[in-house]
Amino acid sequence: MMMKLLSGDSPRSKMLSAVLLLILFGLMFAPFLFPGTRSLDTAARICIFIVLVASYDLLLGYTGVVSFAHTMFFGIGAYGTALALVNMGASYSAIVLGTVCGALVAGAFAFVIALFSLRVKAIFFAMMTLAVASAFLVLISQLSGITGGEDGLSYRIPREMTPAFKLIKEKVLGVRLNGKLITYYVVFFSSLCLFLVLLRMVNSPFGRVLQAIRENAFRAEAIGYKVVRYRSVATILSAVMAALAGSLMAIWLRYTGPATTLSMDIMVDILLMVVIGGMGSMYGAVIGAVLFLLTQSYLQDLLGILQESLGSLPVVSDVVSPERWLLWLGILFICSIYWFPKGVVGRLRGT
Amino acid sequence: MSDALLTLKGVHTHIGPYHILQGVDLVVPRGGVAVLLGRNGAGKTTTLRTIMGLWQASQGAILFDNAEIQKETTPAIAQREIAFVPEDMGIFTDLTVHENMLLAARSGAIDKERLNWIFGLFPPLKTFWQSAAGNLSGGQKQMLAVARAIIEPRKLLLIDEPTKGLAPAIINAMIAALRELKEMQTTILLVEQNFSMARAVGDTVAVMDDGQIVYSGEMAELADDAELQEKLMGLSLEAHQ
Repeated sequence: MMMKLLSGDSPRSKMLSAVLLLILFGLMFAPFLFPGTRSLDTAARICIFIVLVASYDLLLGYTGVVSFAHTMFFGIGAYGTALALVNMGASYSAIVLGTVCGALVAGAFAFVIALFSLRVKAIFFAMMTLAVASAFLVLISQLSGITGGEDGLSYRIPREMTPAFKLIKEKVLGVRLNGKLITYYVVFFSSLCLFLVLLRMVNSPFGRVLQAIRENAFRAEAIGYKVVRYRSVATILSAVMAALAGSLMAIWLRYTGPATTLSMDIMVDILLMVVIGGMGSMYGAVIGAVLFLLTQSYLQDLLGILQESLGSLPVVSDVVSPERWLLWLGILFICSIYWFPKGVVGRLRGT
Repeated sequence: MSDALLTLKGVHTHIGPYHILQGVDLVVPRGGVAVLLGRNGAGKTTTLRTIMGLWQASQGAILFDNAEIQKETTPAIAQREIAFVPEDMGIFTDLTVHENMLLAARSGAIDKERLNWIFGLFPPLKTFWQSAAGNLSGGQKQMLAVARAIIEPRKLLLIDEPTKGLAPAIINAMIAALRELKEMQTTILLVEQNFSMARAVGDTVAVMDDGQIVYSGEMAELADDAELQEKLMGLSLEAHQ
């Protein structure tokens, strides 16, 4: 049953299985294990980024296509849902319609980009996606009448998904069962389903061809596979998945703006998560997203504690100042790439 | 074995500024093994790659099963049931032996009876069925490359130097496999530098030099005529033996 759910792609390492189970249960019971708004927000972001990073890995790790337009697709999904909620009001039909439209538009954009640029060399495709994504970011900022410009869009979601809605009056295990909790589980289970769909894709005959193309496109052609067609389909599927992740982000934040969905900083974060977790493995996306977002969220706190305990050592305590968290984040990532050149999953699998 | 399955008529191929094939005329009879011989750089590999569409013929015609294929894309040519085993074997090293074979099975599933026959030809493939192809030895990789080409019946096999750099035991396994394929009336165009291998399996032979066919005829004729061998391949005869 479990193997069927995982599409026959077992973690192939006891350590990796244990880590993945820990993450699964940690996220599943996050509201009860780590109560508090901040930890719940981090858990929800982890769920969404697992899908976003896994969908990028479908393109980069499995197909060997380098794209810088992934946040654009993420943004299209988020803006689709946001615009529907702004214009149609806080209803479930707005969420469904916005999500479907966002995914369709992302797929159509991806199709056009693939059509024009997948025949060229990899570096030109990467440049093309970078140009399109930058242009889209400017467009969203300029169309302030529709998109809210740099300020973005704030909107309401159905009442049953807001903190104001109480499922029951009593607390359960010290946690209030409200609409925010419902939204978290919508995000969690949607992310889980999307991740399993991605796992199914890469373990299907289609996924096998993508891996063959990544290794050598000419060889794949000589066997009879139309490389451009397969790359295009992978680009479209990856874009649709990113857009669905964007919709989940829009629902979770109740806000959509360029900084939360379209920024190039997010693109760099996604790349780091894929590399840290391990390219060409969906489980790498899970590990990469968890490690990166936990570090990003809690490194400052950790440095604060460290600085307090080293208060008497002037130079050292200055070096570990929470204000220098970005420096330490960079050092940690350089170390992780140095020690795990094939990503954490590669190391745990012993490849 | 009378009519031609593949015919090249005055085929020219340019690679960048280089004029590699300079009017190749070649006939591969249906159901037989045609061997393409020649020194290094004569244009043998380019001939196979041009047939597969990996290099575009700039002039001339390539007829397969009476249809012109020189303008078609590589996948379209492969879908005409032509399998190509390149010199570098062309296997996918990150995938397992099983996955490599599945990629070549156009129906999406492997016929068990045929797979058992292939395991009989190349037993190591059964042993390393779930291993990454990149972990195989050179000879095993070559076995996989040929096995992948024959996982389903094909009309034509293009095989580029299957014995290059292999141990004698592996070469014997390869000769046995090609002989079995020959008995099954599979049409093969074999590029080979090892003359004993070529003699063991070939029905017809063509010798290339400087991008042209300089001799074509029956293999038995060339094998029995030392003078002709000397004349055609004098400079490289030692390398062929």
